[in-house]
Amino acid sequence: MSAVAGHALSLQRVSKRYGDFVAVQDASLEVASGQFLTLLGPSGSGKTTILMMIAGFVEPTEGRVLLDGRDITALPPERRDFGMVFQGYALFPHMTVAENVAFPLRVRKLGRAERDAKVRAALDLVQLDRFAERKPSQLSGGQQQRVALARALVFDPALLLLDEPLSALDKKLRAELQEELKALHRRVGRTFINVTHDQEEALSLSDEIAILNHGHLIQVGAPETLYERPATRFVADFLGKSNFIEGEAEADAGGFVLRRGAARVVASGAPRAGRTLLSLRPEKIALLPEGATEDNVVEGRIASWSYVGTGYALTVMTPDLGNIRVHLPAWRIPVSPAEGLPVRLGWARDAAVAVAEDPGSPVPGGVA
Amino acid sequence: MTPKGRHAAGWWALIIPALLLMTAFYIAPILQVLAISVTEPQPGLGNYERLFTSESVQRVIGTTLRIGVITTAIALLLGYVLAYRIAMSGPKAQRWWLLAVLVPLWISVLVRAFAWVTLLRRQGLVNQGLLATGVIDQPLALVWNELGIVIGMVHYMVPYAVLPMLSSMREIDPRVLTAARGLGAGRIRTFLRVFLPLSLPGLIAAGVLVFIFSLGFYITPALLGGGKTLMVAEWIKLQILDLIRWGLGAMMATVLVVAILATLAVLSRLVNLRRLFGAGS
Repeated sequence: MSAVAGHALSLQRVSKRYGDFVAVQDASLEVASGQFLTLLGPSGSGKTTILMMIAGFVEPTEGRVLLDGRDITALPPERRDFGMVFQGYALFPHMTVAENVAFPLRVRKLGRAERDAKVRAALDLVQLDRFAERKPSQLSGGQQQRVALARALVFDPALLLLDEPLSALDKKLRAELQEELKALHRRVGRTFINVTHDQEEALSLSDEIAILNHGHLIQVGAPETLYERPATRFVADFLGKSNFIEGEAEADAGGFVLRRGAARVVASGAPRAGRTLLSLRPEKIALLPEGATEDNVVEGRIASWSYVGTGYALTVMTPDLGNIRVHLPAWRIPVSPAEGLPVRLGWARDAAVAVAEDPGSPVPGGVA
Repeated sequence: MTPKGRHAAGWWALIIPALLLMTAFYIAPILQVLAISVTEPQPGLGNYERLFTSESVQRVIGTTLRIGVITTAIALLLGYVLAYRIAMSGPKAQRWWLLAVLVPLWISVLVRAFAWVTLLRRQGLVNQGLLATGVIDQPLALVWNELGIVIGMVHYMVPYAVLPMLSSMREIDPRVLTAARGLGAGRIRTFLRVFLPLSLPGLIAAGVLVFIFSLGFYITPALLGGGKTLMVAEWIKLQILDLIRWGLGAMMATVLVVAILATLAVLSRLVNLRRLFGAGS
């Protein structure tokens, strides 16, 4: 498999409705050639529907799907030439590993010699050459996953679509295969579009993440951008954890200051005024030792704490800002945590970012 | 014997009463009847010689096999289409379809045979309808011949064909079909290369079931054959009850039993029969 350049895909104002139910609402997305894009969202967010529209299994109610500028909205799935790894792999149980991998070539009527060579190359690529004559049921979950990958890549597809490719695996294997998937993407240089609800997987694999909620595409960007500068409350909350502080903002020298009751919180960034929601990551807050100071200092008491291996997770009850979650590396904690212990929390002014409330916010009892 | 083995043997002992009952009241009389085939009218294999010498015996066997094969083929084809349709419909529609398939099973085979006679005879609904619309000008001979037997038997067999095929189709993961299309196979190729091979065990099971039923079928051929086309079961009844040739009847019964066992034996080499008929997996 030579490193042919991938293909670019774009969704233009795509919607999908089933009767009254809106699965995807007005989503536009550009996936550049060779990119690894992940559609991330909770279940029912419309991420799988978008993938199925790209694959051609679901026809959009509105909007267009373009591949390298060519409209493919009406093309049936078998004529799109996209490789696809399905949830649960969907290997053909009556065929051997080699026959599974040969399937896309067979339906494309390739000659036997060429077919065999390609199958061998694809199995080599996923290090399964020794298992060619086994049936899928004789393989482990991780091996089946690799067969599914080989089968999806063997015919040099324009795009590789992955529907929750790692969700059926246990945690350790998942981490291992994440590495492999990433390496594979680098090696084949193709455009990958992945669907997952696992934020860690999305962060570690992707060049770009598109976050969805309730059928809305909320933010698209590089993992760092999304994590550091979430656009909305949902993004901040879904990608990692976050504290939220709401108050009235007014501009000051270094950005703006947020007032909430008696408390003042300074933050950097574009000056703003009026009602503002701040997102503050738990790991960006420090427990200040005696005498130390920070841009923002808040006093409180530890309401609860737990040891999570990589550090301590604390919930600190503050009179001014309510409960604040703090995550500290174990070696950075100046006190030994105990419930009721008075502590001083501190964070720099560039630690918090202003986020918007979400469009189509969760309606109570709404779509799941 | 390991403790586990002894344990298992203990459980097996529970079926001994049922086994004894079956042996005393079912298997023993059958063996006795079968034994008649080598004792009447005189001891020896004289009755079996007829298999090779008597043209009428050969004709009956030929007819039975021919009707059995034709019935099985048609019932499998219709049943497959029906099972496919059912397997592809939603859970609610599936219940209605299944009910429609099963209802005929609750109606006596006798009633159904007579119903076919009224439909298919010369003055029957089908012929009158066709005559009235001018499609034909002479009534068709639809009943009291092989055609009538096949129609009646296919009607009886279709549910038996549908059930094993449906259970086999239901085991097919629908994602596998989606995968086939996603990988470039059109609808027809997806069916031929993926769905059909995966439903093959059900198809074979249904084939065996229907064929074995067809071989020993009695009421439908007797009523719809009109006494002109003889199948094995009716021929046996004729020998034993009308012609009082017990030896010959018992010989044919033995042949029937052996043929069925042989079919099963050959098949069990090809496929896992226990799995086919739903016993464990």
